[in-house]
Amino acid sequence: MAEFKEISPNASAGAKLTNWFENRFPTAFDAYRVHMSEYYAPKNFNFWYIFGSLALLVLVIQIVTGIFLVMHYKPDAAKAFESVEYIMRDVPWGWLIRYMHSTGASAFFIVVYLHMFRGLLYGSYRKPRELVWIFGCAIFLALMAEAFMGYLLPWGQMSYWGAQVIVNLFAAIPFVGPDLALLIRGDYVVGDATLNRFFSFHVIAVPLVLLGLVVAHLLALHDVGSNNPDGIEIKGPNAPKDAKGKPLDGIPFHPYYTVHDILGVCLFLMAFTAVVFFAPEAGGYFLEYNNFIPADPLVTPAHIAPVWYFTPFYSMLRAITTEMMYALIACVVLAAAFGVLKGRMPAIFKGIIVVAAAVGVLLMLSIDAKFWGVVVMGGAVIILFFLPWLDCSPVKSIRYRPSWHKYVYAVFVVNFVILAYLGVQAPSPIGERVSQVGTLFYFGFFLLMPWWSRLGEPKQVPDRVTFAAH
Amino acid sequence: MKKIILSFIAALGLVAGAAQAATGGMAWDKAPNKTNDLPALQNGAKLFVNYCLSCHSAAFMRYNRLKDIGLTEQQIKDNLLFTTEKIGETMKSNIDPKQAKEWFGANPPDLTVIARSRAGAGGTGADYLYTFLRSFYRDEAKATGWNNVLFPNVGMPHALWQLQGERRAVFDEKTHAFKGWEQITPGQLSAQDYDKQIADLVGFLQWMGEPAQNTRVRIGVWVLVFLGVMTFFAWRLNAAFWKDVK
Repeated sequence: MAEFKEISPNASAGAKLTNWFENRFPTAFDAYRVHMSEYYAPKNFNFWYIFGSLALLVLVIQIVTGIFLVMHYKPDAAKAFESVEYIMRDVPWGWLIRYMHSTGASAFFIVVYLHMFRGLLYGSYRKPRELVWIFGCAIFLALMAEAFMGYLLPWGQMSYWGAQVIVNLFAAIPFVGPDLALLIRGDYVVGDATLNRFFSFHVIAVPLVLLGLVVAHLLALHDVGSNNPDGIEIKGPNAPKDAKGKPLDGIPFHPYYTVHDILGVCLFLMAFTAVVFFAPEAGGYFLEYNNFIPADPLVTPAHIAPVWYFTPFYSMLRAITTEMMYALIACVVLAAAFGVLKGRMPAIFKGIIVVAAAVGVLLMLSIDAKFWGVVVMGGAVIILFFLPWLDCSPVKSIRYRPSWHKYVYAVFVVNFVILAYLGVQAPSPIGERVSQVGTLFYFGFFLLMPWWSRLGEPKQVPDRVTFAAH
Repeated sequence: MKKIILSFIAALGLVAGAAQAATGGMAWDKAPNKTNDLPALQNGAKLFVNYCLSCHSAAFMRYNRLKDIGLTEQQIKDNLLFTTEKIGETMKSNIDPKQAKEWFGANPPDLTVIARSRAGAGGTGADYLYTFLRSFYRDEAKATGWNNVLFPNVGMPHALWQLQGERRAVFDEKTHAFKGWEQITPGQLSAQDYDKQIADLVGFLQWMGEPAQNTRVRIGVWVLVFLGVMTFFAWRLNAAFWKDVK
């Protein structure tokens, strides 16, 4: 127990009150110091470092608007669509709450994608921040589940058929697939039972997991300290510190980064509210036009596309055709051959590689390509978890990597955007080929990273962070 | 660094510009925007109640919301309340869904948010409806005696044919491409007046799709002004603190 502090009877009322609370709830005061006033963050954060705070802001927007939406929404297949229109028309300011929530969903993915890309640029997942990154990836996964289940709730045509398509994917898993799909839907087709369980997951289960993961993400971050655009450890044993042991390249999070973030929040809110008030449908990307038609199990829309933030992964799913399987088999065989011929390891491990590759190829030939499409789509997200061990560059930040690495990242981003674009489009022969190449590049980028990230001569990393006073 | 950001923005622009897959068919005409024109909206409401509401509902739209387009409660009661007694009710048609299905082969869709649902690569939902309602023609091969160039084999007959008169569509004999119209019998209105009436009706449908749409834009301007001022202070506050960081 912390020591009980007496205060002079002449002290001001405010000081007395603070003292009263500090004696009874010291944890809160410690937390304020550890996470705010004495959390030293590198002073050279740039534009890219705003998106973490913004993700937190959007999370709060989603929770608060969500609370109000649940007051008026009816999770009932016969009433759901109607209740959303009721919110849009009859609930005072209901349209604003609903648009904030629907725009918030897309905004969440925009800021999270940019936040993850920042991590990629500056090697923020490297030792000792592996767990910070893994919690972050888990947040991304939970966010995808949250968005997917939330999208069913308006009960429009896209809600309904999008859910139908995605849940049917699980049916492709050998042996347990059909039963698993049945368990998720609670019925043989997407219906009232599905709507109710998705509602329950969307408003209770996943948000709880999400909040827990966000807390873990932040606690782990504050334990190891923030990375920065130079990828230099400001709190390491050799880092420059002042007489009190405070890092010279660090500044207290509060007030310096709180005022910084307030500015960022203002700029973000300008963009956010511009969408909410002037273009809430965002040209059919944030609110799909088809979703203004009530769900009809008897009428399949001509073209079913998920919302934009899922489309890169949806493209990869569609890219896996029977034909593509031969390309993937060739990749497995090549990788195994390379491992056996070039790898320096005991014969027993080489034997294991050969056997594993043979089993893999056999499975790839015997199970339907649709299943492997699901594996690829899931793998595209899961592979992010392994990034800390895939990246073997001697330096963290892109700033001190060989210049050509920037082009690799640029191509990665363009490739991701092209995959996203193709996922929105109706299937086409050319689109299929492009998405297949894109899928190979996406996985090649990560799986070959242990090799290519070591190549080239890194630049000299300075001892102190690069910072020009404002 | 800058290059990466620039290429990223450029790639995003590419996606936004390309928008969604094209649907094909005839080009949509641009509907005049009438959602701020109260007399036009009132005329549209009248047309809607007289010509559409017998088969189509607007089941999420309450009669008393028509006060937003400048009508008084008494005016609504006297002129527009055909299907119900209560002004707080929603605009439901009296057609029996089973009979509708027998007559037209499908249930007439609800029209509350029809203008929002029909948007696409060809234009806004209003553009679609404006084109659709001006593309009916006589086709004796159809059960209703009517067909539509924009929506071939549509189940809906030409509800406003008395206003427009009967027309024939001329198609190219080889390519079956639509070439133009041929008036068979004159309508009560001239072609221009008919287009104006349809524009009013479509304006009403567009307004009904989201009655708060103009309020939303008006408030949005003030929200942005407020945020602009707040951004200025946040910028100066930030600068005041960071001038000490060396």
